[in-house]
Amino acid sequence: MSKKITTLLIATSLLAVAGCGKKPKPQDLPPPPVGAQGPTGPAAPAGPAPGSQGDFVANVSADRIFFDTDKFDVDAEDQAVLASQAAWLKRYPAVSVTIEGHADERGTRDYNIALGARRANAAKNALAALGVDAARINTVSYGKERPDALGSTEADWARNRRAVTVTVQ
Amino acid sequence: MRIRITKLLLLAGFASAAPLAAQITGTVTDESSDRFIIAVPPMATPADVATPAGQTAELGRKVSEIIASNLNAIDDFTPKGPAGLRTPAIAEVTAPAFAEWAGMNAEKLVQGFVRNNDDGTLTVGCYLYDVGLQSEMIRQGFSVQPRDWRRAAHKCADAIYSRLSGENPFFDSRIAYIAETGPKGNRVKRLAIMDSDGANHRFITNGQAIALTPRFSPDYKSIVYVSYIERRARIYVYDIASGRQRLVTESPNQTFSPRWSPNGQTILYSMSVGGNTDIYSISAQGGTPTRLTNSPAIETGGSFSPDGKKIAFESDRSGKQQIYVMNADGSDQQRISFGGGTYATPEWSPRGNLIAFTKITGGAFRIGVMSPSGGSEKLLTDSWQDEAPTWSPNGRVIQFFRTERGNGKTSVMQVDVTGAKERRIETPVDGSDPAWGPILP
Repeated sequence: MSKKITTLLIATSLLAVAGCGKKPKPQDLPPPPVGAQGPTGPAAPAGPAPGSQGDFVANVSADRIFFDTDKFDVDAEDQAVLASQAAWLKRYPAVSVTIEGHADERGTRDYNIALGARRANAAKNALAALGVDAARINTVSYGKERPDALGSTEADWARNRRAVTVTVQ
Repeated sequence: MRIRITKLLLLAGFASAAPLAAQITGTVTDESSDRFIIAVPPMATPADVATPAGQTAELGRKVSEIIASNLNAIDDFTPKGPAGLRTPAIAEVTAPAFAEWAGMNAEKLVQGFVRNNDDGTLTVGCYLYDVGLQSEMIRQGFSVQPRDWRRAAHKCADAIYSRLSGENPFFDSRIAYIAETGPKGNRVKRLAIMDSDGANHRFITNGQAIALTPRFSPDYKSIVYVSYIERRARIYVYDIASGRQRLVTESPNQTFSPRWSPNGQTILYSMSVGGNTDIYSISAQGGTPTRLTNSPAIETGGSFSPDGKKIAFESDRSGKQQIYVMNADGSDQQRISFGGGTYATPEWSPRGNLIAFTKITGGAFRIGVMSPSGGSEKLLTDSWQDEAPTWSPNGRVIQFFRTERGNGKTSVMQVDVTGAKERRIETPVDGSDPAWGPILP
């Protein structure tokens, strides 16, 4: 029993070390959402339908950007991600998006909703600056209510401080 | 001393093993000499008859269990019984066997009866005696419909508590909270209500949309809360009698963190416009909102003083979340928290003398209180994540919610304002965001 606990502790501290960078490394990134696989079945062997959420996820460098603790600024790395999203959105001008802002679990509920709103809005402003009509972009903040990584380590928290672009179909 | 503690633990064990024991579990951690030992034997009945709520003799025991459990929430009291105590005869209710109770070191004695009336109601007779002085301190009767028998027990406990402490009552009151189920990444969050001790539980929403941060209106007729219906965070007022709800304000912006004014006429809320969150107020009937804060920082979590003249809120305008107080019209905003760390979720006590808060320090969330001018800070809990205090109607007890590290499981917790008695409120599923309503009429 005590051996098991020790192992767990080591695993946790390794994760904590791995998570020291403020933003998650590529290998920490979550697998693409289910929609990325596109419609299944014989009707769609060629991949996701053009303009769909699956198509969006398959053709942008990422559907989300990440933030430092308690921050909401969009850095150069985030700009590159958003530029790929903006390029896709220009190809499909009829598609609208919702940007979901999220916070990690280390803030209180209401404050995190406000923080997620800051992050979603920062991503929205960056997309608009890249030429996407702001009227096509809605925002919603989930605060800490919808974590993507489910643990309580630095690495988990880094993955949860995010703004995710979701197409509205 | 050692023997006494052991005895108490045994009693607590009996109480929790008993079927239909009152729905609060707690632990007796210590016992200081300035606490009243209160004997609470099972209540008698003049005739053991069947009622829609069960046999009157059985009800007598259950009423006493609730009274003992209620009184155990208070630091000053050490109730004993009803488990392990004999049921007094009906004639003893008005003529207690004082010597016998004195023999078990009881300083106070709660006796009474449960009687079935011809009109189908129940009467709970509630008597409090001073054992040493051999004198009666309280004699009250509460007649209720059988389905409300628990309320009679709460009223009796309130009467005893008020008589012994000089404080206003609080047990006969209700809680709105968020019932949580499901995995951490996709929690189902439902609006639910219950009595202050966790009984008479009822789910209000079905869980299809996330529900957050409920508050009972002062008249208990409605609940204001945040719902993510249509995947947007917006504030609704839910009418309990009709089951209908309405938006507080039509806005393309996200609205959250709703609070009633003490008279129920005004709702305070937060709104994010272009990513910037400020505090607004609006008539509970709707209309044009008034903006109360105007800064590029996050302002949220307002709470009215009991006279309705001031509002405590949180802001990160200094760089970190801190607590501020302003006039109800938004003027004269003054920071009051300076203790180091981050302060959030201020809640003004119904007595007006304290503001409860969540303090984030060293990665942990703790519940604390301070004076409205920011002095006399005292932390009441110590766990990984204790958040969002709400006050009992008399300002003597605080409920909050506790989140477990890792799995994200939540519990509704309670602590008295001295910090000495902490307990978990049993809920059918996990619970967060408790909001205590006023004392019932």
